[in-house]
Amino acid sequence: MQGEKWENFTEEKGMQGEKMKKALLMAACMLLASDVWASGRDYVSLVGSSTVYPFATTVAERFGKTSSFKTPKIESTGSGGGMKLFCAGTGIDTPDITNCSRRIKKSEYESCMSNGVKKMTEIKIGYDGIVIASSKKATRFSLTKKDIYLALARSVPDPKGSKTFVDNPYTTWKEVNPALPDIKIEVMGPPPTSGTRDAFDELAMQGGCKTFPWVKALKKTDKEQFKAVCQALREDGAYIEAGENDNLIIQKLGANPDSLGIFGFSYLDQNFDKIQGSIVDGVAPDFDNIADGSYSISRPLYMYVKNAHVGVVPGMEEFLAEFTSDRAWGDEGYLAEKGLIPMPAEERAQVGKTVKELAPLQL
Amino acid sequence: MGKEGCKKISQASAMEQVERNLARRRRREQRFRRLSFSAVVLSLGFLVLLFASIILNGWSAFLRTDILLDVHFDSEVLDVNSLVNANYGKLVKQAMRERLPEVTSRQDKREMYRLVSSGASYKLQEMVVADPTLIGTTVSMWLPADDLTDMLLKGKIERETPEEERAMSDKQIQWINRLVAQGCMELHFNTTFFQAGDSREPELAGIRGAVMGSLFTLLVTLLLSFPVAVATAIYLEEFAPKNKWTDLVEVNINNLAAVPSIVFGLLGLAVFLNFFGMPRSSPLVGGLVLSLMTLPTIIIASRASLQAVPPSIREAALGVGASKMQTVFHHVIPLAMPGMMTGTIIGLSRALGETAPLLMIGMVAFIVDVPGSITDPATGLPVQIFLWADSPERAFVERTSAAILVLLTILTSMNGLAVYLRMKFERRW
Repeated sequence: MQGEKWENFTEEKGMQGEKMKKALLMAACMLLASDVWASGRDYVSLVGSSTVYPFATTVAERFGKTSSFKTPKIESTGSGGGMKLFCAGTGIDTPDITNCSRRIKKSEYESCMSNGVKKMTEIKIGYDGIVIASSKKATRFSLTKKDIYLALARSVPDPKGSKTFVDNPYTTWKEVNPALPDIKIEVMGPPPTSGTRDAFDELAMQGGCKTFPWVKALKKTDKEQFKAVCQALREDGAYIEAGENDNLIIQKLGANPDSLGIFGFSYLDQNFDKIQGSIVDGVAPDFDNIADGSYSISRPLYMYVKNAHVGVVPGMEEFLAEFTSDRAWGDEGYLAEKGLIPMPAEERAQVGKTVKELAPLQL
Repeated sequence: MGKEGCKKISQASAMEQVERNLARRRRREQRFRRLSFSAVVLSLGFLVLLFASIILNGWSAFLRTDILLDVHFDSEVLDVNSLVNANYGKLVKQAMRERLPEVTSRQDKREMYRLVSSGASYKLQEMVVADPTLIGTTVSMWLPADDLTDMLLKGKIERETPEEERAMSDKQIQWINRLVAQGCMELHFNTTFFQAGDSREPELAGIRGAVMGSLFTLLVTLLLSFPVAVATAIYLEEFAPKNKWTDLVEVNINNLAAVPSIVFGLLGLAVFLNFFGMPRSSPLVGGLVLSLMTLPTIIIASRASLQAVPPSIREAALGVGASKMQTVFHHVIPLAMPGMMTGTIIGLSRALGETAPLLMIGMVAFIVDVPGSITDPATGLPVQIFLWADSPERAFVERTSAAILVLLTILTSMNGLAVYLRMKFERRW
């Protein structure tokens, strides 16, 4: 018995040895293959904003299924992270296209230039509204940008009227504006790394800030301080950074009807039986209002294309053509169904022309 | 006499004291037992709650709503020379019109077309390209319904909510009711979920791409980390001299096991991607990074199992004239192998559940095509769960839970295998 077992063990050990040899061989082969993999890439590679991700992936999938090209690969890295990868240089180990939920920054453009990405084309793909939503169980909020600013800023103009800033003293919405309900201020929203947060700070917070004439005047005299007081959100628990997962915010809104949540329009669009968008400056956040520009907290979404890769990576031109086709980004296109707010027809035609000519961006 | 009495009294009081203490000690033990027992019950309770919520959320993803349509492969629509670019959507729309002939107005028709998935036309395209003789025939087949239709049938869109707050119109619900009554709309087992890669349309999304990506990644991890880790453990345990250097190596290995996994991801980005220029998002790089992460786990487990082999076996082997190498390879390693394999499997199952390092090397991505080799772009199962959990479409909620169920099943079976191996080959001395 014992002897048999011993033999089994030694036999197994022998097999293990064989396997080990094979494994080492394979590992060696893989390392040798390292020269081969740099030779080509037969799919388009995209990186960038998580806000654009649902739209870019939809186009990519359609493109992959209806053309003879491979489906493009799309990484969700955030706008800033995508730009960094995109601007790292040219060559097939860098992405061809980056998605951005804001316009390229001057510093990013310069970094691109200095890394050899000399020519890129900017494509505006449509608009996204930022909604401030609450549960259907709660009464619908009707806010002004000033209310939003006063409720969420870390420091606000002195309520007594002197031209100084004080730590935000408001705890309920009613204190901010007597027309609002008497419930605690509790808003869940994206963290500072998010493009949605950038846009919210700029459009809603700064917008509300500017309603104080003397603060608006500050912009001319002391831009730094203006930005600091207008964009810093409070950290005493009234504004809750809820991470990048917008579905989580929607679930929490259901559990706590007194709270508000900040996220992109597509999430409201998919959940409009559960949540309602607050009215901002008298305008409700629906498709038509964002499309015609009357809802003020909306931002354009962009794609940046590396011109040097067009014609080198197979399928680039065709993918761009699909993205800018009427069936994709048109008024009744499939991107509109996913919650992208299309641009007006003339603007589409204009951007479409830029894409065809691949006119490089000049900043 | 007096002395003896005194002793007796003190003995009695000692007994009394002991008895008093005994009751207290027993109470204490009882309390401790109850507390620890309730801790176990509490943790089991949470586990059951977790599983129940995942299963309740996820089981419905294994079913999918299909619509029975009679598709006429019209030779006027399908041009034999460009079968890929033909308008298959038109065939689906035509079949829908025949299925619900009472729908006439333009607006209504558009609403009706929304009941069927955009994937239906891909399926027709696939069929025709594979077999062009179908052109001109009429085939009756089940085609996938749209995710909203699916959600309605599964009761995740409530029919009671007023029409303007519901994602589907009254008319659409009416049509769906009719189709169900006619037997032309049914819930079927969702094979797509196991056969397809990722998709933006929930009804077409599957986990095969992610599972294959995870498999390739684990394969690379296994092939690299197992031999290296076992060789390291054997050298350190059996051959290496005990000095400052080996102590340093040992301390570092133990420290490596505690390094957060995202750090290995950063390392992978800097070394494998930027320095060696390996392909981004590939299971090859993922496997390399994860093997760095699992190496210390396997080394530590392997060393422990080598230590557990009694010295008498080594001495006996040396005593009958075996060399050091023969002793180790003929006698020590076979006895330590079960422990090493257990350590490997546990290390691998940890690697399987890892997302953070993959984020840095581009494996958190939308990839539709199922990867076929270790250099194709791929994601992993946990990454797929993360991506679906963040998708706005409601139908992805159940798919997220279903993917978690698949991941848990794989993990449980891997750990089960580890337990089995230990039970089967474990020897006691």
